[in-house]
Amino acid sequence: MQEPDRIAQPWGERTPHGRGEPWPARVDQHLADGVAPADVQRWARSASVLHSNGDAMDIAVADGRIAGVRGSADDRVNRGRLGPKDLYGWQANSSPDRLTRPLVRMGGRLVETDWDTAMGRVVAASKRLLGERGPSAIGFYTTGQLFLEEYYTLAAIARGAIGTNHLDGNTRLCTATAAAALKETFACDGQPGSFTDVDNADVIALFGHNAAETQPVLWMRILDRLAGANPPALVCVDPRETPVARAARESGGVHIAPLPGTNVALMNGLLHEVIANGWIDREYIDAHTVGFPELEERVRDYPPEHVARICRIEPEDVRAAARVLGRAERLLSTVLQGFYQSHQATAAAVQVNNLNLVRGMLGRPGCGILQMNGQPTAQNTRECGADGDLTGFRNWENDAHVADIARHWNVDQAQIPHMAPPTHAMQMFRYAEQGSIRMLWVSGTNPAVSMPELARIRRILSQRRLFLVVQDIFPSETAQLADVVLPAATWGEKTGCLTNADRTVHLSEKAVDPPGRARPDLDIFLDYARRMDFRDNDGHPFPQWHDAESAFDAWAACSAGRPCDYSGLSHARLRDAPSGIQWPCTAENPDGTERLYTDGRFWSAPEYCESYGRDLVTGAPLEETEYRALNPDAKAILKAAEHLPPHEPPGDEFPLVLTTGRTIYHFHTRTKTGRVPQLQAAAPEVWVECSAADAQRLGVADGDMAEVATPRGAIRARVRVGAIREGVLFVPFHYGYWDTTGSGPDGGPGRAANELTPTDWDPASKQPLFKTAAARLTRVAGAGSAVPAPRTPGDAGARPATTVGGAS
Amino acid sequence: MSKLRLVLRELHRSETSLARDLLAVADRHRADHEIFHVARDVAGWSQEHVRRLAEAGRDHGVRLNPQPRWELPGVGGLARKAGEALARRPASGLLLLADLRRVHRKATGVSLDWELLAQAAQAMKQQPLVELAADCHPQTLRQMRWANAHLKVTSPQVIAS
Repeated sequence: MQEPDRIAQPWGERTPHGRGEPWPARVDQHLADGVAPADVQRWARSASVLHSNGDAMDIAVADGRIAGVRGSADDRVNRGRLGPKDLYGWQANSSPDRLTRPLVRMGGRLVETDWDTAMGRVVAASKRLLGERGPSAIGFYTTGQLFLEEYYTLAAIARGAIGTNHLDGNTRLCTATAAAALKETFACDGQPGSFTDVDNADVIALFGHNAAETQPVLWMRILDRLAGANPPALVCVDPRETPVARAARESGGVHIAPLPGTNVALMNGLLHEVIANGWIDREYIDAHTVGFPELEERVRDYPPEHVARICRIEPEDVRAAARVLGRAERLLSTVLQGFYQSHQATAAAVQVNNLNLVRGMLGRPGCGILQMNGQPTAQNTRECGADGDLTGFRNWENDAHVADIARHWNVDQAQIPHMAPPTHAMQMFRYAEQGSIRMLWVSGTNPAVSMPELARIRRILSQRRLFLVVQDIFPSETAQLADVVLPAATWGEKTGCLTNADRTVHLSEKAVDPPGRARPDLDIFLDYARRMDFRDNDGHPFPQWHDAESAFDAWAACSAGRPCDYSGLSHARLRDAPSGIQWPCTAENPDGTERLYTDGRFWSAPEYCESYGRDLVTGAPLEETEYRALNPDAKAILKAAEHLPPHEPPGDEFPLVLTTGRTIYHFHTRTKTGRVPQLQAAAPEVWVECSAADAQRLGVADGDMAEVATPRGAIRARVRVGAIREGVLFVPFHYGYWDTTGSGPDGGPGRAANELTPTDWDPASKQPLFKTAAARLTRVAGAGSAVPAPRTPGDAGARPATTVGGAS
Repeated sequence: MSKLRLVLRELHRSETSLARDLLAVADRHRADHEIFHVARDVAGWSQEHVRRLAEAGRDHGVRLNPQPRWELPGVGGLARKAGEALARRPASGLLLLADLRRVHRKATGVSLDWELLAQAAQAMKQQPLVELAADCHPQTLRQMRWANAHLKVTSPQVIAS
């Protein structure tokens, strides 16, 4: 058992393992002050909902309250380890400002009420709009933090009962490109690789993936490999000097810091070198892929010198990285927000798939692709069809797939909209802005801080003509703008399943009761359905299920035969298993599936696939006939893409490039982590990171208060002069206004990074671009003497960890 | 040769017109951010086609402007103002449908012109022109598919709501 200070040392001590060896267990635990292990009356099984890694843990219960957590030693994902957010985050559950009663807007103010009154208003608005304007007047914007059963239920209600095409998750902001990139290459979502590929790889390439902060337990696994026998070399692509970047250089690998917005050029350069040097597996390419000639021709235009000019790096960087990638015997590639939230997101992420495919490195231990997720249960949003996908990875362009869903739900096929792709979140907000969506139901997320161009988002959400329902656990910035607020139960207060970024399914059990009148999200959705009196084709109440377990069973049946097959799983099976289980899991394959595509066979047959793909530049969906001509024999698709200049290049007025991102201590908009003493103290305030050269040129010093401005607006933040490439600024996106001025900056200088970001998204994945905006940095005069900004081990230019612990 | 010049001249005219139209559509629909950005991205293809056509024209004795004026005086500003005035009203959706429909028709015309050029170039064994058409025509088809796809995605909400 370990209980060290995981703020100062977030990754803990090493338990080295050599290549091909199993990862040793190390159990991390944290109990509330004054609670001894003997005081714990019950342990409830669960997994983390504060990142996408799915760290398995048990929740300690003492005197009817959550009293701590303990990592699960036998679980395949974390072998007992927990990250700082896992160890401390549970304390947010018992915050004094939890929402405990429904609220309705009366005379411009939100006042407490009962469930009948609140739900009565939601039902009345729904019925009025359905009668006057039809289902397309209603939209649902959900999250990546609920459970599988809740998403499946929401998808059934929105698409099957109401019949609206407008249902998406905030997974659009963090994970959409992972799904899109997999659909482009494999014609179907589904993570090819496994976290155990870390144990076997000799090269691990992290593309825009600061795993040290976004997935600290996965990073511990990599650190343990680096400390063991036959360590891997790392390749890191990141404009910041992250812990991953430092480890890459120390491992004998390469760190490349391209100018944000140039990822496609860089990837084409790497592919150019790999192909030109013959580091390709011709046999694999011929047997298992289509599109190689087009890819080869496209990347011929991207020699290292040309790429270096676009990315503003050295040509030798490209050659050196390509040598490591090209000579790898077992290559694991991982991708996250540095690609997903940047210019040409899908095109860039697809080139990573191409890299592993041309090298024939897929479906074997250590040879894998991990298109990572951001949100903890983003995977379930995608599988269940609570985002811009249909339930069970079904294809909206394939009538037989839609008929299949209708049969499972026992509703008319015509009821389920499929004349166009499901509406993505950015388009839903546009429809609300135009006035054609009149009711928006936001569950478990906070668009008033997380969406780009916040002044616009606040304006849309504040419209009188928009009926805004917010279902949350705290009075978030978004909740403060709502017409009706529904208090929800959260993790530890309800039972349900969640699936992590490597397809591992965990059961999370109810440990304690929710506070006050708060209810599980599943109960709220089902209550709405009953009050709306939705019926199936036989006149039975729809959805036909009534609790988490029956919802899971309905989902498992609906998923049978699809790639994300859960038919071998149940709550009972997950409760009894020593570890989480990876889908697909069937009766014939009860222990699940570690890696996809092990035999070079794919789910890409035209009649089976989830997607026919899109044009990577225009986003136009391919039609069935085009897809059949492109890929008749169910192979993987090598899709080439040209580099396009970013839409907002730096210029005279805004000479720098702004990128936004994360710190290890906070999740999303801090609604939970900002209420946890250890995490809040570790990173209490927003900051802006800039390079030493830029700081000197602009006359700003470490700790100065400065204004960061873009064409959208400005914020104030303390300057942290750190190792980030010249010409680039970094601002963490977590900080909003719930603990300062309310729902917005209230006339003062703002501090939310998304005041600055543009409304622009990748045409293929529809994921907004949070990492390419033109910006300027100015010292704020009269801000007083410079105060050193807090530093943490995860941050660039960190001071030694020992002094950091004291600072908190 | 004179008829080949005619084809080059017509293609240069239609590509120029398509590029202008795409830029104007972008200006009118700044609040529809994907339309704004993608219309400008793919207008870039037409602008490049125009440049390459002018280059090809030189070899065939046709003087074509490689950099025509892309924005007609006054029109861009007007389009922007009209777009801003309508941005938050449902009517902007109908305007968008009309604009996309016109872009699709124009791009179809350009596509046919590229086909004429490719056919003629093959018959006359003009390999550089065959290659020019092979490079450019696929992008015209992508412009068409883009306009078509957006019509499909947007029309249900605009018309049914």
